[in-house]
Amino acid sequence: MSTTEGLLGRARAAEPADTIAGVAPGQVVSPASTAETAEVLREASARGLTVVARGTGTKQTWGAPPSSVDLVVDTTRMAAVVEHAAGDLIVHAQAGITLAALQETVAPAGQRLALDPLCPGTLGGLIATAGSGPLRYSHGAVRDLLIGITLVRADGVVAKSGGKVVKNVAGYDLGKLLAGSWGSLGVITEATFRLHPLPATSRWVAAPVDGATDADALVQAVVHSQTVPSAVELDRPADDPATLAILVEGTEAGVAARVAALRDLLGGTPEVRDTPPGWWGRPPVGDTLLKLTHEIAGLPRLLDALDTATARHGGRAAVRGSAGVGILHATLPGDAEAVRAVVAELRTASAAWGGDVVVLDGPPEVDPWGPVRGLDLMRRVKDQFDPEHRLAPGRFVGGI
Amino acid sequence: MADIPALAARLRAALGADAVIDDHTQLRTYECDGLAHYKVTPALAVLAEDTRGVAEVVRACHETGVPFVARGSGTGLSGGALPRADGVLIVTSRMRNIVTMDPANQRAVVQPGVINLDVTRAATPLGYYYAPDPSSQQVCSIGGNLAENSGGAHCLKYGFTANHVTGVEWVAPDGEVIRLGGNAPDPTGYDLLGAIVGSEGTLGIATEVTVRLTRLPESVRTLLAAFGGTDEAGAAVSAIIGAGVVPAAVEMMDALAIEAAEAAVACGYPQGAGAVLIVELDGPAPEVERQFAEVEARCRANGAFEIRIAADDVERALFWKGRKSAFAAVGRISPDYIVQDGVIPRTSLPVVLRRISELSASGGVRVANVFHAGDGNLHPLVLFDDSVPGQAERAEEVSGAILDLCIEHGGSITGEHGVGSDKAKYMPRMFTDDDLDTMQMVRCAFDPHGLSNPGKIFPTPRLCGEVPGRRKGVHPVQEAGLAEAF
Ligand SMILES: Cc1cc2nc3c(=O)[nH]c(=O)nc-3n(C[C@H](O)[C@H](O)[C@H](O)COP(=O)(O)OP(=O)(O)OC[C@H]3O[C@@H](n4cnc5c(N)ncnc54)[C@H](O)[C@@H]3O)c2cc1C
Repeated sequence: MSTTEGLLGRARAAEPADTIAGVAPGQVVSPASTAETAEVLREASARGLTVVARGTGTKQTWGAPPSSVDLVVDTTRMAAVVEHAAGDLIVHAQAGITLAALQETVAPAGQRLALDPLCPGTLGGLIATAGSGPLRYSHGAVRDLLIGITLVRADGVVAKSGGKVVKNVAGYDLGKLLAGSWGSLGVITEATFRLHPLPATSRWVAAPVDGATDADALVQAVVHSQTVPSAVELDRPADDPATLAILVEGTEAGVAARVAALRDLLGGTPEVRDTPPGWWGRPPVGDTLLKLTHEIAGLPRLLDALDTATARHGGRAAVRGSAGVGILHATLPGDAEAVRAVVAELRTASAAWGGDVVVLDGPPEVDPWGPVRGLDLMRRVKDQFDPEHRLAPGRFVGGI
Repeated sequence: MADIPALAARLRAALGADAVIDDHTQLRTYECDGLAHYKVTPALAVLAEDTRGVAEVVRACHETGVPFVARGSGTGLSGGALPRADGVLIVTSRMRNIVTMDPANQRAVVQPGVINLDVTRAATPLGYYYAPDPSSQQVCSIGGNLAENSGGAHCLKYGFTANHVTGVEWVAPDGEVIRLGGNAPDPTGYDLLGAIVGSEGTLGIATEVTVRLTRLPESVRTLLAAFGGTDEAGAAVSAIIGAGVVPAAVEMMDALAIEAAEAAVACGYPQGAGAVLIVELDGPAPEVERQFAEVEARCRANGAFEIRIAADDVERALFWKGRKSAFAAVGRISPDYIVQDGVIPRTSLPVVLRRISELSASGGVRVANVFHAGDGNLHPLVLFDDSVPGQAERAEEVSGAILDLCIEHGGSITGEHGVGSDKAKYMPRMFTDDDLDTMQMVRCAFDPHGLSNPGKIFPTPRLCGEVPGRRKGVHPVQEAGLAEAF
């Protein structure tokens, strides 16, 4: 398609590197502001173009591939911090800034955005995929720290909800709806987050874990204790025994006392470290990436079911994640057929641990999402925001 | 006009005779919520006992085109549960079962009529509590809390209702029952639960709620600091937060609010205080010790002339008594008052308080200030005497001007009491038409006929209409087939 006027006139033709999950886009445009994004989307709407928003592209293979991408909206030129009000512990930034750059901006004030997703990219990508990492245990998810959002709808209309104060119940909270919407409801252009003080001291306590039952016992002991950890992470490589690592943050004296309490609690001789273990906050490495959620006490049932299912195909899953929250990530052994079979088996049994089985990254023949409760309502939400289904079509649940 | 007697008969047959109220005198019990100057008698009230009952009522309303309004304990302060004269009020006061207490998963499942404090009472013997603590917690319901996304003094550290609800059983406005979320985090798909919490009853009705239980803290320490005025107290708050302390709560009261509290509950706050701060820290004992010393030092450095430290739970309760009774207490010093709820960035506190006192002086009505100082959530109490001609109007003007002040400083027209009937007219001052239109797309998805608590939140309803069928890319039929194949 060729165009001579408007911002789309400045779009460049897509290159092979722009391919999104195997789908070749037509053009790439890089707006620098909310207003420019709105102009782009108005033009795209007039032409009926399908649109996929892209930050640094770290998670474009996640979810289902879009069924069509006429236009990639690259957000990386929107990389400014609009306001960092240190005294109010909030930051307002454009969506294309990387999380790392944002943290660098707020760190000199002794502050951080308490989100440490497994695959950090841009703020917009983080919101759209609702990524979380170890700090989820103490600080919650993207939805919990996001206090204001600006989005551009499929028809090019700009809308915002929330604001820049932490406490605010005026109107519907669109931020929660946009968080984890995978680009299917609008292009996120700006966001405001609540910040937290950087801790004076951080220490990790790591203990070996002997099987699923032991993992459960230790996690239960820690989460019911008075040590108030910042994170409770399990790492179980495919071939090696598991480790439970606990992050404690606070004042030097306080942390020392709490670490001592944790050592007693965990028994044996746990390792105490000033730096995180090498695996901390990273996804397990493999061809597939599963997100497995569970109720806290469902951990051993999930681990057992995973081992039983993978054993049928020879091999064991590598598992890592926030056992104290109920979010694990896993890679599976075997070929696409094995992955499909294991995922199907887990989905059938998942009521036993009260969670969902999502294939973030995997073979195309495997349904990424599995059964979804409230899907009819979700379709209706999609139909309202994007009636022509032009935003990331097919990427989200139920073909949304 | 819908046939209300026929609807009443249908609901009696489905839910039992004693569940349906159509006697006008009895109905007047429900004519208002905590914002008593708005009054409407509903056409019918139904006291449902379970999900099935609520779904029956909602389905009947859907089929007959009758609007419905949910009501918990009726303590709301924005007219959220204000009935419709042509509608049904669905009351949850018979839905007060705690279904499960599950400390191993740190969750409780409760019916929506359960009183907030009862969740904590049931959890305490297990070492847990329910963190969101609105001052009305002895009477307000979990369903009402969910609908308002209620906060409380301790939300500064622990977050609001939205951060503590992980699942819901929901009766959608067409009567369909769905479950969203549960004990595990991140249910697959859109975060519909996130859209529902804080939707003020406009997207349907909660019939069961899964809430997070929080471990009781090992140590709690509370101090009461008296200052010459609100400027010094405000500076102390900034210094505490600037030092990297995240207190469980930081509450402030000004001289007039203190005077009222003394008159009402004789809380014995320090004589001559122009402002008091209540600062509470909780958590692991060794952390709390350190940080408490820090807080005390910052209060002194910023001019606290007296600091009291609660020696035990009894003294702590006394500190809190003055604060928690403050709204009702102003009734002692003024025949009438408006409870305002607005938010500003905390650092704007000094300038905004100065402007409020100017507004008070020029309007000729007194304003008492009570607020959650840690997060900038103001509760100015505008005092007036309705028997003096013109005072009510002036109070209303001052109260509205305070909201403008909040917006001017980048804040919000409500931090916890909700928009309801009362503040719908202010929404366009904070949001553009496009913002409001976009929010109402969510409403159109849930409630295309606008029957669930209509007239609340939004000044003008959006016509939902049929969405255009023009599609790009995959044909809808193929798309549906694709979805089924998965
Ligand atoms: C003295 C006093 C102090 C207060 N202090 C605070 C405070 O500190 N923090 C705070 O946040 N609020 C406070 N409030 C306001 C009020 O208590 C809260 O908004 C509370 O959550 C309302 O609960 P309720 O059960 O009384 O709800 P109601 O007033 O009955 O209803 C409130 C709204 O919720 C909807 N609703 C009720 N039940 C359901 C349901 N099951 N499903 C869907 N929607 C439903 C109603 O339609 C209505 O829109 C205070 C009120 C008073 C009177």
